Amino acid sequence: MLLQGNEAIVEGAIAAGCRFFAGYPITPATEISEVMSYRLPAVDGTFIQMEDEIASMGAIIGASLAGTKSMTATSGPGFSLMQENLGFACIAEVPCVIVNVMRGGPSTGIPTQVSQGDVMQARWGTHGDHPIIVLSVSTTQDCFSITVKAFNLAEKYRTPVIILADEVVAHTREKIFLPHPGEVEIIDRIRPNMPPDWYIPYEDTSRGVPPMAAFGEGYRYHVTGLVHDSRGFPTQRPDEVKGLMSRLFRKINQHFFDIQMVEEEATEDAEILTVAYGSVARSARRATREARHRGIKAGMVQLVTLWPFPRQILEPKLRKLRAVLVPELNVGQISREVKRINQGVTRVETLNRIDGNLITPAEILSRLMKM
Amino acid sequence: MAEVTKLIHKYLRHDKKFPHVWCPGCGNGILLGALIRAIDRTHLEKDEIVIVSGIGCSGRLSVYVDFNTLHTTHGRALTFATGVKLANPKLQVIVIMGDGDATAIGGNHFIHAARRNLNLTAIVVNNSIYGMTGGQYSPTTPYGSLATTSLHGNIEQAFSIAELAAMAGASMVSRGTVYHTSLLDELLEKAIHKRGFSVVEVISHCHTQYGRRNKMGNAADMLLWQKKSAVRIEKARTMSDEEMQDKFSIGVLVDRELPVYTQEYRKVREMAKKAMTQMR
Repeated sequence: MLLQGNEAIVEGAIAAGCRFFAGYPITPATEISEVMSYRLPAVDGTFIQMEDEIASMGAIIGASLAGTKSMTATSGPGFSLMQENLGFACIAEVPCVIVNVMRGGPSTGIPTQVSQGDVMQARWGTHGDHPIIVLSVSTTQDCFSITVKAFNLAEKYRTPVIILADEVVAHTREKIFLPHPGEVEIIDRIRPNMPPDWYIPYEDTSRGVPPMAAFGEGYRYHVTGLVHDSRGFPTQRPDEVKGLMSRLFRKINQHFFDIQMVEEEATEDAEILTVAYGSVARSARRATREARHRGIKAGMVQLVTLWPFPRQILEPKLRKLRAVLVPELNVGQISREVKRINQGVTRVETLNRIDGNLITPAEILSRLMKM
Repeated sequence: MAEVTKLIHKYLRHDKKFPHVWCPGCGNGILLGALIRAIDRTHLEKDEIVIVSGIGCSGRLSVYVDFNTLHTTHGRALTFATGVKLANPKLQVIVIMGDGDATAIGGNHFIHAARRNLNLTAIVVNNSIYGMTGGQYSPTTPYGSLATTSLHGNIEQAFSIAELAAMAGASMVSRGTVYHTSLLDELLEKAIHKRGFSVVEVISHCHTQYGRRNKMGNAADMLLWQKKSAVRIEKARTMSDEEMQDKFSIGVLVDRELPVYTQEYRKVREMAKKAMTQMR
């Protein structure tokens, strides 16, 4: 099949069980809304075009609380508007998926050009301390499979999951193999099985993820954006505040190995390593192969999970390297994180482009040759 | 047991989350009473009802009632309610907002929810001020009134929430006060039964933040002000603009049949399914 990245994201979402989408038109993410508007009603799902992105984010949280897997998609300006309710989804532990097809620049920026400028916003965009899961996609095939994974992680850990795509990935039309419905691993949120009177909606379990009841199922409980106790009611008691905040972090931290995903290319004997993600990973892979042909011991790690940062996977590799190159379409957002975990172990070099164009394999290769 | 005590036991989370946050004499408690009486009359099951609220004094109402309750972000209650309703149209979704909540920060959501005509009940408690944050002027603070952010008198014109909802396309628009409690029970019950977007503007008072500063007396005085200023819509229609000066109408202001979103969407699903089979 020949699909565009944005179209593949829709197929992935529907395969994962997404049955509700709320969105607002924005370049370069609009195709996701357009395809959702006719694909979802055909599978008894619901598409709605809201008045803005604040409303879109609110609507997908509401739908998820009513028991439906839900998603929205946007680009930078809309993503900024979503930050408010994104925080609500974090603290109230509402599973949902947000796609941000990144475009260049702050504000309206360059709507039709590529960028990776929202990596830090995806991590820290909403106010207050909070954990978040952010995944990136680099091919049309990724757009399908990573979207499925995003829903699975959201449901498993009761958290919003952000997919960072970029204009190049979203609009590249390429070959994709869509698996049969039965072949796709689908994870659903754990629902309570105790009698309603025994249900404690925000109980601290060993996994850190309490079972989630849908509105209307008989478990009447309170959902709020205020810091709450285990029954969901607002609290200011320091022990209860700390209890909630630490559990929110613990439920992600203790499952690092399940959440951290990378793809490796020729890393075993590599002396220099490229760390890349999104559309830049495509150029990096090609450059790595070319470098190998020229006898350079180059390797590459493609970050699929951006947040929580895959430190446990990268850290041991750094010790064996002569240097690391982090090419990205911003002034250095992931390279900053690589430097932070590197702590002077090896040399970290950056390759940045902020002119709205892709980093080419040739650019990466010429840097690798100098390293 | 007195009737009111029975309702309190049936519908309030009395063993879980009291005392409430409202000042003695606040209209929110009267609204809460009217709401549970209205819900009781509809004979809906508690599990079928979702109460969605915004931020502010009125927003705290959701925590006290034994339904599926959702306390959202400031101004956004209707957006969350839209998602809940569309994901499960069988649920009866009642949204409670304040005047600043619904018509300032949430003004865009308010007019679009009315235009879209989803089957939701929106209750807007209008006490003419931001009470919880300490008495700043809101979109419904009358011209010339004193607030902590208008020490020399408010220079902005006020919204009429009911007229705004009617112009934006709501199926049913009512206005009541917390003084006229039996009318309020009735208006809320009608609004819940109505198929389509129904708005109930509830004129209330904030004697702590608004009344005190504007020399309108205590809670009882402000209730009497509501009694004096409210005119039944039937009578108001016979009165001139001059006679209605400084008064407002109460009752069902608008009641019309418009296409309901969920019904319309069912048609979209059928057409989309047909189109997909043709594509194959």
